[in-house]
Amino acid sequence: MSRATTLNSLQRSTRRFAWLFMGPVVIAFVIGFVWPFIQGIYLSFCKFRITSDAQLIGFGNYQAALADPTFRHAFWYTALTAVVSLVLINVLAFAVAYALTQAIKGANLYRTVFFMPNLIGGIVLGYIWSMIFDGILSQYQTSILLETKYGFWGLIILMCWQQIGYMMIIYIAGLQAVPEDMLEAAKIDGANKWQTLFKVTIPNVMPSITICTFLSLTNGFKLFDQNLALTGGQPFIIQPDGSTINTTEMLALNIYNTFYNASTAARGTAQAKAVIFFILVAGLGLAQLAYTRKREVQQ
Amino acid sequence: MPHDQSLAAERRNKTLLSVLLGIVCLIWCLPVVAVVINSFKRNTYVKTETFALPNEQSWAGLDNFIKGMTFGNYPFKSSVTYSVIITILSVALILIFCSMAAWYIARVNSLACKVVYYLCVFSMVVPFQMVMFTLSKTADTLKLNTPWTIPIVYLGFGAGLAIFMFVGFVKSIPLEIEEAAAIDGCGPLRTFFSVVLPMLKPTLISVGILEIMWVWNDYLLPVLVLDINKYRTIPIHIQYLKGSYGTVDLGATMALILLSIIPVIIFYLACQKHIIKGVAAGAVKG
Repeated sequence: MSRATTLNSLQRSTRRFAWLFMGPVVIAFVIGFVWPFIQGIYLSFCKFRITSDAQLIGFGNYQAALADPTFRHAFWYTALTAVVSLVLINVLAFAVAYALTQAIKGANLYRTVFFMPNLIGGIVLGYIWSMIFDGILSQYQTSILLETKYGFWGLIILMCWQQIGYMMIIYIAGLQAVPEDMLEAAKIDGANKWQTLFKVTIPNVMPSITICTFLSLTNGFKLFDQNLALTGGQPFIIQPDGSTINTTEMLALNIYNTFYNASTAARGTAQAKAVIFFILVAGLGLAQLAYTRKREVQQ
Repeated sequence: MPHDQSLAAERRNKTLLSVLLGIVCLIWCLPVVAVVINSFKRNTYVKTETFALPNEQSWAGLDNFIKGMTFGNYPFKSSVTYSVIITILSVALILIFCSMAAWYIARVNSLACKVVYYLCVFSMVVPFQMVMFTLSKTADTLKLNTPWTIPIVYLGFGAGLAIFMFVGFVKSIPLEIEEAAAIDGCGPLRTFFSVVLPMLKPTLISVGILEIMWVWNDYLLPVLVLDINKYRTIPIHIQYLKGSYGTVDLGATMALILLSIIPVIIFYLACQKHIIKGVAAGAVKG
């Protein structure tokens, strides 16, 4: 038999088992993703309380979502949290990774410790840190739930503790791949440590930097468990018009609260918010993909 | 000689750096240490003496742990059991069915395969909030709201990353091996299970670890899908301690948090190498 015929007959006999190889995943994927996604898009254009009483109303939900002051507040608060945490996490993670790749004693032990918080779930993390912050703040007769700035910086510290170890791992992999002879050449040419870092090392780990920046950006935008457990959106501020703004509420929590803690009449608005949120997060994801691809081509 | 001096200076710098990082590491451990010491303190002392070791007045012994077992109107033991069941079943389903589908997709590569593959890649960028309401309703209608059936939901929602990673790996396996198996008379089933699957082992471990970490710590999906009066997982249990009483017993909460992170830390120390490798692989591709 020629190679092509073997391959053909292999493929043909494999195809007969399509139901077995593809069936379970396709069924579960339709139940767990495809159908809920399509229904979600449809419902964002409907007025509904439960999924069976939906009536098409056009773009009304989107108008309501974009006009909602709590949603706008959550957007800016999320963007601020994401950007501040992005900068801190990446600068610190890179610094730690750089130090750990300098052949120092105990590097493996340190790496183990820094990565550890990553395995603890968001809800548990939130309660650990709320105990710690309240332990400190109670000395001053206040609490993390009483001031927005405490809630904000508290969440930033929590995110740093959780994610620095993760990004550090990616940076270490990047740093170890920097060609030794390039560093050697820079040294011979008389470059000092800082010049080598900025002119040789950093350009060479650009791919890792891109991955980590986008990962921390999307992580920041999607954050939910930690936000719920640490402050749950508190403190609440009552606006002059009677509406309430949860000052530390991020986008994902805002969507959740609109679905489950507001009147059921707001569910259409909540679904529209969810679609806007999806477009935002997917946009960031695609931008990452395009950007990484472009870099890869250049190299 | 100046050369020796610079070497000595460099060695000194490295020791300094190592000591400095050691101190940072100790600080890094403090939150976990705080959980440990506060889980042995009486409730009222957790807030006022958070960072002090338990003393004669604040020492609660094992009271917090005993109280924690029934605390929150739900037995903690059941939450642990359900968390274990859901994690094991979900990860097993994901590993078996996604590796099978990924092999089929990579080898047959028909139009339908490409559609499924790109839908999977697409699903990785969709945040859970987008589908949470409709997914929980669908799961409810199909009676997928028990610990025994929720793994199907996890298989569906988790298929994206798993298939993406498996397809990437299958494509790097040379076809010749499978050809040889076919010439020797293996059907597709035997080719997959006795030839391809053993070669997939490193990816199975990476994907398995990523999925274990996801399912074990997941809060929103189970809380929306499961009937939480009957079934709770550990994250749901911890979150509902707050809702069940007016004020929370912080000592007992810390005791439960300690109990829930001990297995995670043991798991981490035991498979550290694989975990770090798996996470790095998932990050680079995802």
